[in-house]
Parts: sequence; structure tokens; C-alpha cells
Amino acid sequence: MKPFFKNFSEKLIEGLLMICGTITSLTVVLIVFFLFKEGLGVFNKKAVEEGYVVMVNKSNPVNSISPEDIKNIFDSKITSWKDLGGKNDSIILFRLEDISNYFTDEQIGENFEGLPLLLNRVVDSIPQILAFFPEKYLGKNFKGREIEAGKITFSTFFGGKEWFPTAQPAAQLGVMPLVMGTLWVSLGAILLALPLGLAAAIFLSEIAKDKVRRVMKPLIELLAGIPSVVYGFFGLVVIVPAIQKLFNLPVGETGLAGSIILGIMALPTIITISEDAMRNTPRAMKEASLALGASKWQTIYKIVIPYSISGISAAAILGIGRAIGETMAVLMVTGNAAVIPTSILEPMRTIPATIAAELGEAPDGGLHYKALFALGCILFIITLVINLIVEFISGSKKNRRV
Amino acid sequence: MNKLESKQVNFYYGSSHALKDINLAIEANTVTALIGPSGCGKSTYLRLFNRMNDLISDTRLTGEVIIDGVNIYKKGINVDNLRKMTGMVFQKPNPFPKSIFENVAYGLRVNGITDKKFIEERVETTIKQVVLWDEVKDKLKKSAFELSGGQQQRLCIARAMAIQPSVILMDEPTSALDPISTSKVEELIHELKTKYTIVIVTHNMQQAARVSDHTAFFYLGELVEYGVTKQIFTNPNVERTQNYITGRFG
Ligand SMILES: Nc1ncnc2c1ncn2[C@@H]1O[C@H](COP(=O)(O)OP(=O)(O)O)[C@@H](O)[C@H]1O
Ligand SMILES: [Mg+2]
Repeated sequence: MKPFFKNFSEKLIEGLLMICGTITSLTVVLIVFFLFKEGLGVFNKKAVEEGYVVMVNKSNPVNSISPEDIKNIFDSKITSWKDLGGKNDSIILFRLEDISNYFTDEQIGENFEGLPLLLNRVVDSIPQILAFFPEKYLGKNFKGREIEAGKITFSTFFGGKEWFPTAQPAAQLGVMPLVMGTLWVSLGAILLALPLGLAAAIFLSEIAKDKVRRVMKPLIELLAGIPSVVYGFFGLVVIVPAIQKLFNLPVGETGLAGSIILGIMALPTIITISEDAMRNTPRAMKEASLALGASKWQTIYKIVIPYSISGISAAAILGIGRAIGETMAVLMVTGNAAVIPTSILEPMRTIPATIAAELGEAPDGGLHYKALFALGCILFIITLVINLIVEFISGSKKNRRV
Repeated sequence: MNKLESKQVNFYYGSSHALKDINLAIEANTVTALIGPSGCGKSTYLRLFNRMNDLISDTRLTGEVIIDGVNIYKKGINVDNLRKMTGMVFQKPNPFPKSIFENVAYGLRVNGITDKKFIEERVETTIKQVVLWDEVKDKLKKSAFELSGGQQQRLCIARAMAIQPSVILMDEPTSALDPISTSKVEELIHELKTKYTIVIVTHNMQQAARVSDHTAFFYLGELVEYGVTKQIFTNPNVERTQNYITGRFG
């Protein structure tokens, strides 16, 4: 009886562990699947408002028109059909409210019952027309031709220079400003944090007395535990005004402010990982260098740093990873202008900040909502690549040690 | 004149008294073996001569450690320069994570030598001296980690010799090597004697008997007996020495 019970309980525990493992793995897979399913849904959706159609005259050779073109037409930056691959004719833009310029209220009717007929007449009679109106006013036997309007394609999404998801009549979903904003802010952060972090790591592992290290290392590790809102608040109150004053800017909320805050947040990662790597340098190797008459500093940069270079690179890359994914603090200090940056002293908007700020106002399942998920996918891929690089570096380090 | 000398040397790690009143004089161009049971202070004593113990915090030294008639612990001594006069070989082969060539060139480079041709020549002659040239001449650019343990240790000896010190300190240099590599290193020690003063710490009685001219027996931080190797091994003055070399303790 007893061995049976023992066997049974072992089997039970084994089973429970397996279930836990499976559930966790499945959850991860499911989340990734959900992310990509929603994110990829953005493609081939129309950027034009739901329920609207875009009509042209039958004689018009143009077949499709991108969201960017639509915006440029509305901004009067494009005025000729020639720019869209059509005839050399100027575009006549027609919105539903323009109908009163063509017909009287009586013709339209109290409940707009005359609209379908009138719209048909407008589109049929003006060859240069480009008409936007709700699909419900589309009459039977409509004589115009609907064109493919504002489809979100890979190239408009990744190459688009404008992020304006609530733009009328066509949402602008170009991620370039956000990707660039993310890269600028993160790169700035790492440029600030890497030299500082390395210096601190060298100090801690090679120069500081044991007592000093025992106090400083936990303090630095504590930095990693401070909530990012607190960093953001600190940035908003201290760094943003300082930058505004120092560079004499209209606003202090800039990429630089984000870089500084992210740099500070990445410091603990960079310091602790590279310090660990440096302290792993065998003592005998350092002593061999000193015994040859090398100075302490020569020993550090000729032996300790080359020996721990893979750990240092991993630290740097993990630091970047931390910076790229960070949301709250950046949201608070970068100013969030979705414009392709030309200098670090401009307001910028990062991908995580965009998702956090806009998800609340994006209708469920709509274009904007899916676009935010697509942003999530981009972020996921970036961090995945970073993790793979770290894995690769620390893997090759292990091989070397053997 | 004596090459190396210690006068009334006491050394402390914190409150632990590791070397007790050591008086010893070592002649130039001889091999001196330091023997004794583990923890008796051999390494500590050896490391006094290139001030390696300076790296350990909370230590204290009294007495004089003398090289070429100069107390190397007196004020104003440049430690980096002092260390160029002595080469050190460690217990385990510890090549740098660099190429074979760069390992040997390292000491020259950190001492400010930039003349490429000079460095190349010096590296070649030094590697030839340790009888490693034929084994590595085609892969000087390869990582030193690709060599076998014995080859690595000979490379480390070459590395120590490249800056042409006058003293070579060896701390159990063959304890991690196989018998064939060990005998190669021992042969090497024999040849190097003509140019260098060598002090070697060893656990291996036969090795001490084979390679050294003089032997010093340490026990619990004290220098128990010092004399010509042959006499120490055949007719020691102190009974404790006798017991140790015949393997009755330690
Ligand atoms: N870094 C150190 N800190 C404190 N004590 C040490 C240190 N190194 C050695 N000792 C002590 O000093 C004594 C002599 O050590 P060592 O010179 O290494 O002996 P040996 O080389 O003869 O085995 C030992 O008791 C050892 O525990
Ligand atoms: Mg020892």
C-alpha cells in the first residue's frame, strides 16, 4: 500500500509540474499569437473612415490611391490627377457637405432622400471628381467607379512619415517617426549610460576598496527597483526645466530628457552585469600582467576589459533593451511629438509611449487599435532580436571558457 | 654579492603571522627551491620579491627585502619598474586572452616599446629559448588558449622572460602539468640558470632535488633550514626537515 501511495503522489506532483509548465508556455505563445493576429490585421484595411466610399468618374484611369495621397489632396499638396498616374487634369474634391454648392436644399430633401440620385449625377457629370461620401447614400445603378482607397500596405506603414491615426478622412499610419523617436531616445540613452556605467563598473570591480563596494553595489541595484513613474516625475520636475534653460528652448520636453532618464534607468543593468563580468577575470591573469610591470590602468584596459568584453557587450545590449521597452518615464518627459526628429533637442515620441497614450482612445477592433498592436509587434521583434544577440554573445563566451 | 636577500622579514595577513623572522640570502645565477607543507608561507615569501603581496589589502611587512643591494620596500621605489626586473610564473598556466605572439609581446608593449621589428625579434628569440618555437611558429596569431597546458606554461615562462628580468620567480610551475611537460620545464630551468636567478616553490621533493642548487625548508611561517640541496636531502641538520623530505609528515 505504501509504495503505491508514494508512486501515486510522485506521479501527481510530476503531473502538476507538467501542467504548470505547459500552461505558462502556452500563455506566452498565446500572447504572441494574439499580438501578431491583431497587429497584422492592420494591413489591407482601409485608412478611409468606416462606411465611406471613394468614387471617381467612369472615364478616370486611376485605380487606387494611398492614404498619404488622400491626405495630400486634402491639404492641397496634390492638385492634379497626373500626380496619381491619371490625366493632366486638376482634381475636384467633393465631400458630402459640398452637395449644397451644387444643389438646393429642396432637391436634397428633408431626410436626404434625394441624395443618392444627386451624388450619382455629380460623379457622372464631372470627369475630374474625387468624391468621399457614406456608403449608405450609394444609389442603385451608380454610374461612377469606386477606387481602392487608402489601403494600409507594408510600405505605407513602415515607410510612412506621418503618424496621425485620427486624421480625416484617411488615417495616417506611418511608423517612421515613432521608430526613429524610439531609436534616437534609446541611442542617446546608451551613449550617456555606457561610458558612465563602464566607468562605475571599473571603479567598483578594480579600484574601490571592499568596504566601499559593499555599500555602493546594493545602492546601485536599488536604482533598478525604483518605479519608472518616479523617474518620470523626477525628469519632469528636474531635467526638463534644466534642459529648457540650458539650451534656451521653447519647451524642455525633448528626446534628450528621455535619453537622460532612460540612461539613468539603464545604469544599474549596465553596471552590475559588466562589473560581474570584470570581477570574473581570473586573479592570476591580472597578477601576471602586473608582474610584467604593467600599471594598474594598463592591466584594466589591456586585460580586464578584453577578457570581460562579452559580458560588457551583453550589459550594453540589455541596457538598450531596457531603454527601448520603457514606457512611463519616457511618456512623461519626451513631449510626444510624432515627427521624424532632426535633433535630440526636439520633442519625440517612442513606440511604447504611443501605445500607452493612444490605446485608451482607440475604438476596439478598429484600424487605430490594430495599428497600435502592429506597433507592439515591431517592439516585440526589436526586443527579440536584442535578446537573441545577448544569447549569442554569452553563448560564445561560454564556449571560449571551456 | 647576493642577488636576493631578506633580513628579519615578518609578514602579516591582518592579525595572522604568516612569515616569522626570515633571514635568507640567495646568490646570483642559482636555482633555489622553497619547500614545505601547504600553508607554510612559501608563496607569501616568493611574492615579496616582486611586491605582489601589495595587492592584498590589510597586510603588513617588517624587515628588509633586498634585490641587488637595494631594499625594495623603501620609500620612493617605483613598483612598476621593480616588477620589470623580476619575472613570475604561476601555479596554473595563465596566458592572456590574446594571440600567442601578443602574450609574449605584452611585457614589451606595456613598457612602452613600439619598435615592431625589435618586438618581433625578441618574441622569436624568447619563444626559441623556451623550446616552443617549432610547435607554435605557424600559429603565432592564434589564441594562446589553443595550446596544450604544458605549451601554455612554457609560453608563460617566455612571457616572463621577454622583458629580460634578472630574477625569475616560479610558484609551483609544474603542479598542473603532465610528466612529459614537467620534465620539459625542468630542463628549461636548468638552461635558464646561466642567465637568471631562479626561485622556485615546489611541492615535489624529487623536483626540488633535480633542479635546485639550494633548498629552503619552511614550516609554519618559519625558515627551518637552508642549505645546499644535496646536503638538505641527504644529511639535514634539523630533524623536522628529515621528517618532511622522507614523507613522514606534510
Ligand atoms: N590573501 C590571504 N589572506 C589571508 N591569509 C592568507 C592569504 N594568502 C595566504 N594566507 C595565509 O598565509 C599562510 C601562508 O600561505 P601561503 O604563502 O600561500 O602558503 P604556501 O604557498 O606555502 O602553501 C597560510 O596560512 C594562508 O592561509
Ligand atoms: Mg602556495
